[in-house]
Amino acid sequence: MARLIVMGGGVSGHTTATFAKKWLGDEHEVVVVTPNANWNWIPSNIWVGVGQMKKEDVIFPLAPVYEKAGIDYRQALAVSIHPDGKDGSDKPYITIKYTGQGKEGQTEELEYDYLVNATGPKLNFDATPGLGDGNGQIGPHTVSVCTADHAAHAHSELMNIFEKAKTEKQKILVGTGHGMCTCQGAAFEYIFNIEHEAKKAGVRDNLEIKWISNESFLGDFGMGGLHMKVGGYVVSSKLFAESLYSERNVPWIIGAHVNKVEEGKVHYELLDGTMGEEEFDFAMLIPPFSGVGLKAYGKGGEDITDKVFAPNGFMKVDADYTAKPYEEWKASDWPRTYQNPDYKNIFAAGIAFAPPHIISKPMKSPNGTPINPTPPRTGMPSGIIGKAVAESVTSMIKDGPESAHIHEASMAEMGAACVASAGKGIFDGQAAAMTVYPVVPDFEKYPGTGRDTDYTFGEIGLAGHWIKHILHHLFIYKAKLKPGWTLIPE
Amino acid sequence: MADIKAKEEELNFTKEQFNLTMIPGKFARFLRNCVIYQFIRFLIINLKMIIVVRKSH
Repeated sequence: MARLIVMGGGVSGHTTATFAKKWLGDEHEVVVVTPNANWNWIPSNIWVGVGQMKKEDVIFPLAPVYEKAGIDYRQALAVSIHPDGKDGSDKPYITIKYTGQGKEGQTEELEYDYLVNATGPKLNFDATPGLGDGNGQIGPHTVSVCTADHAAHAHSELMNIFEKAKTEKQKILVGTGHGMCTCQGAAFEYIFNIEHEAKKAGVRDNLEIKWISNESFLGDFGMGGLHMKVGGYVVSSKLFAESLYSERNVPWIIGAHVNKVEEGKVHYELLDGTMGEEEFDFAMLIPPFSGVGLKAYGKGGEDITDKVFAPNGFMKVDADYTAKPYEEWKASDWPRTYQNPDYKNIFAAGIAFAPPHIISKPMKSPNGTPINPTPPRTGMPSGIIGKAVAESVTSMIKDGPESAHIHEASMAEMGAACVASAGKGIFDGQAAAMTVYPVVPDFEKYPGTGRDTDYTFGEIGLAGHWIKHILHHLFIYKAKLKPGWTLIPE
Repeated sequence: MADIKAKEEELNFTKEQFNLTMIPGKFARFLRNCVIYQFIRFLIINLKMIIVVRKSH
């Protein structure tokens, strides 16, 4: 009997664990280690953040689902990896620290045959002074929609602002809280939901809603922007995004590295080196992401974290990490199998793998401050990668490591669908439905724009709302492993 | 003399930051919320997304 340990129970980890268990059956063991008690459909956190959904609508408990699937669930934090074993044993293992199941604070060693790191990101609020509380959590000055709890809190704060806006002017600031953030899409969706709800509440005229982000142009989205088919034209996402902001009277500050947050004010540096300040009554700023801080140790207890992980804390996989100038970046730099180069029984899936470089053109202010979005890894790529890794591990266990078929899922060969809503109604509000193919541009295959414009498109309208509703219910249904779940694509 | 009002879609062009983009007019806004048109677009967008999903696996 082989044991697969999946660290992380988010989109990628849950996909890996559930498919691996289905394919491996009871002959082999699948263990999930995650500090969370609940699974969260993160895209719908936006609707929680404006009060269109309850927190309970976007989460469900993991324990009964894993019990039904026959997966050994440990509500615990993965602390360290020991891929060479320890003195007296060659068996690799990880150490975990429980956060639930009545064992809070207890530590344990778990041996593995195969390990998948799907720990996702650490929300690195403390990278910006004042954005965090100094203990790794969000600070008191801003809100976030990164977790269901954060989103519920954001809604409560937003309602206070709407109440005040009935009688006085209020300033709302939404965007990124650091020069190296990703996930602009979430902030983009949130700002337009706020704008939509403000109109519905009759307080829009008393709200100044402003966007701030590290993108060098609106519509970069961490993918260097994209060119998409809109209304028969191939247009830049810059024009698409600027149109959305202009139509809704939402001005923007771009190329901004937020370097300090205090009560009611952010300080920022722009790409041209100038410094600025922006006041707010309510701010939702996405934090930068980093690896979760896993350590790795050799057989003798020596620290080998640098061997297994990149400096940003994400795990090294089969990407080309050679430092090279932007002009030499290629689609083939991106990983295909997500297998660690030194330990073939370790994989990283979803946000946990270290990208070879960013996708957007790297930028620095004259002061040397890097200000550029980092690569997005949304639900669809995370799910696809998770499934490919599950297939690879299953083959390694069933066919043996030497004759196994290692599956591939390069982000330079996969697309992503994104539906950014503004409102939630069936007959009111609008949503921007976008697809991009591939996520990482391939200028050798698509010399014009780096992408296939037949399948990279954007459209605004009610249809996007309907799709977002369907995706919400479909993916929660799938994650609960209800009948036919394997038929629903990632 | 009665006040002359700008068309809704043209109001925001008066702000410098918004001046160099495109803003949808009345007909485009109507189509965005027209249930029949959106139902057709819904089918087309879904079809395209399914193709993208298939190409990605």
